[in-house]
Amino acid sequence: MSMNLERENAALPESQLTGTRGIHVSKILFGATVISMLVSFYFIFIYAAEEKTMHAAQKIFYFHVSSAWLAFMAFFVTFVFSILFLIKRKRIYDMYAYVSAEIGVVFTIIVLTTGPIWARSAWNTWWVWEPRLITTLILFFIYVAYIMIRQMDGVWDKKARLAAVFGIIGFADVPIVFFAIRWWQTKFHPIVFGNGPSQQGGGMEDSMLVALLLTITAFTILYAYLLYKGVSFEKMRIKVEQYKEKLREKMEQ
Amino acid sequence: MIEIKNLTKRADSKLILRGIDLSIRKGETVAILGPNGAGKSTLLKVLAAIMKPTTGVVKINGLDLKKNILDIKQLLGYLPHSSLLYDHYSPLENLVFFGKMYRVHDVEQRAIRLVNEVGLSFFLNEPVKNFSRGMIQRIAIARAVIHEPEILLLDEPHTGLDQGAIAILNNVIVSMKEKGTTTLMVTHDFKQAAEICDRIIIMKNGTIVDDFYIEEQNLGFVVKKYQQQVEGVS
Amino acid sequence: MNLLRTACLLAKKDLYSELKTKQVLLTQIIFAALVIVVFSFAFDPANNTTKAVIPGAVWVIIVFAGILGLNRSFISEQRNDTIQGLLVAPMEAASIYLGKFLANFMMILVVELISIPFLFLLFDFKFNGSLLYFIVVIFLGSFGFIAIGTFLAALSANSKSSEMLLPLLLFPITTPILIGVVQATRIILTNMEKFSSALAWIQLVTAYDVIFFVVCFLLIDYVLEV
Repeated sequence: MSMNLERENAALPESQLTGTRGIHVSKILFGATVISMLVSFYFIFIYAAEEKTMHAAQKIFYFHVSSAWLAFMAFFVTFVFSILFLIKRKRIYDMYAYVSAEIGVVFTIIVLTTGPIWARSAWNTWWVWEPRLITTLILFFIYVAYIMIRQMDGVWDKKARLAAVFGIIGFADVPIVFFAIRWWQTKFHPIVFGNGPSQQGGGMEDSMLVALLLTITAFTILYAYLLYKGVSFEKMRIKVEQYKEKLREKMEQ
Repeated sequence: MIEIKNLTKRADSKLILRGIDLSIRKGETVAILGPNGAGKSTLLKVLAAIMKPTTGVVKINGLDLKKNILDIKQLLGYLPHSSLLYDHYSPLENLVFFGKMYRVHDVEQRAIRLVNEVGLSFFLNEPVKNFSRGMIQRIAIARAVIHEPEILLLDEPHTGLDQGAIAILNNVIVSMKEKGTTTLMVTHDFKQAAEICDRIIIMKNGTIVDDFYIEEQNLGFVVKKYQQQVEGVS
Repeated sequence: MNLLRTACLLAKKDLYSELKTKQVLLTQIIFAALVIVVFSFAFDPANNTTKAVIPGAVWVIIVFAGILGLNRSFISEQRNDTIQGLLVAPMEAASIYLGKFLANFMMILVVELISIPFLFLLFDFKFNGSLLYFIVVIFLGSFGFIAIGTFLAALSANSKSSEMLLPLLLFPITTPILIGVVQATRIILTNMEKFSSALAWIQLVTAYDVIFFVVCFLLIDYVLEV
């Protein structure tokens, strides 16, 4: 079996070359993720000051905000690669868009679960109908719909094309959704960066800000790692399909 | 009239067309024969501009299929397996609607004349949904030629028709041919192919394996060639 | 203007076909009536506080009746593959979209014209607001909803279970419109003092309509491409 694989690789020297390079990138990203995560854990749990009223429950805030950041970034990446796909029609762009949307949905779920935990200790209620929460919820629905489009049957380029169109529409919708909802009702959320129109900026202690920024960095690296891994999985899947097809053709002949 | 160079079509990882090179002159009537899954219908769909080729160049009347798509569509008449007719509409309404799409002058006169030609003038105002398969196919061919196309693409037009309907269909094709229309016809019906076509193309596994002209409706010759290529009989 | 000509031709075809069968329109209207009946069970019409849910009810009717029509608009072209007939005809994908949009829009306007007075009548709702602005809001809201709805119907028609897919695609995307029009309708129907805020909502909905109509127009080529 391994002999066979080696022979296949020898026949395709190019793919082998990218393969070893890929393993390096993946290892570096993995290492960077682990290290930056550990550093941010230290800053969150030991370095950062404890919040006065919420105590330890406040720590979830770092993960909440970072996940939200990651999700938004993931959807933005999907948007960019959707446009690129429609212009260039390269399958690799479609893979990036798809994997990024999947990661985005997972982290939106994390946001939507950590949010209520935070809300419980901060506002004494599990869920509030508040702009950012609703926007995130709508965002979640939009990208679940995006993934539903991917589940359609048909050839890949049709699915990729339709999903790309929806990826663009969906992302263009997000700011409008946010403004509409914000306009509709503005209440609870503390504005962390900058000032809101009707609310006081909550403000943070410096140590908290450092911890937050570190966590965000760690999550960004985590995202890069997940994206890289996801895309290489997709590539492998396609390769397996191609081999299958080749075998099938041989058997037919 | 039609120039195809190195045309391939890939669906997922399966190659349906693997490098088609073909040139068809104006006024030729060409039959495309081949076993199921040879890519005949796909080739026709690519020519009808409802499927994009993966690679390759298609030129029709000197126009590139990618760039001058609207001009080319005006030249094409396409009849696939399905009738492309609206069930609730009568033959007249169907033909008038599609005629207007192609900006045909005096569309109603032409529609009535075509319905007469296919022998259904009695059913001019009946909804299509009550028609039999043969009647629908006759209206469908009338729909495909409503704008007097210069190229006619037919996908198994004879399937499921009785002798009378076949005769009427062939009449329409032959009368179009006399006006100088180029016809491409995918078919399994060797007899009809030999009867009305003057060139036969045999496809297998996404490539053209044979391409020859026939004279005097020589059915035996076509069958022999087909068996050689497809069934491996020599 | 070839684009507009073929679009009108297509819309006329759809509406004429609808006139013959009356299938979709009748279903939409009966459905709207049923929604009103369900509302009367859910919110007691004799109770005065029920008046507060009327603006929302208007839009629930439009949205759900609208989605019935949208579902049909591209699926109906799959019978006998007539969509292929449109695609081989010398016209741009944008005219197919525009034609379908016009037909759907006309139909939802008819549904609204019948069901909204019916709703007001059954719930004994005294109309105090500005009728003109009410019509403007209904018009703008339906425009945006149908514009994006027609687009997504074309998209989801590629799926085998498009009836289930379309609402999942459509509802999240149209949230801004739905928030905007419900707020504007509420203010116009019950609380004309806050009219300036209703005007702001109308502006938001108009902006949404324009943005998404243009975006749909640009992207429809990719959806209907084969």
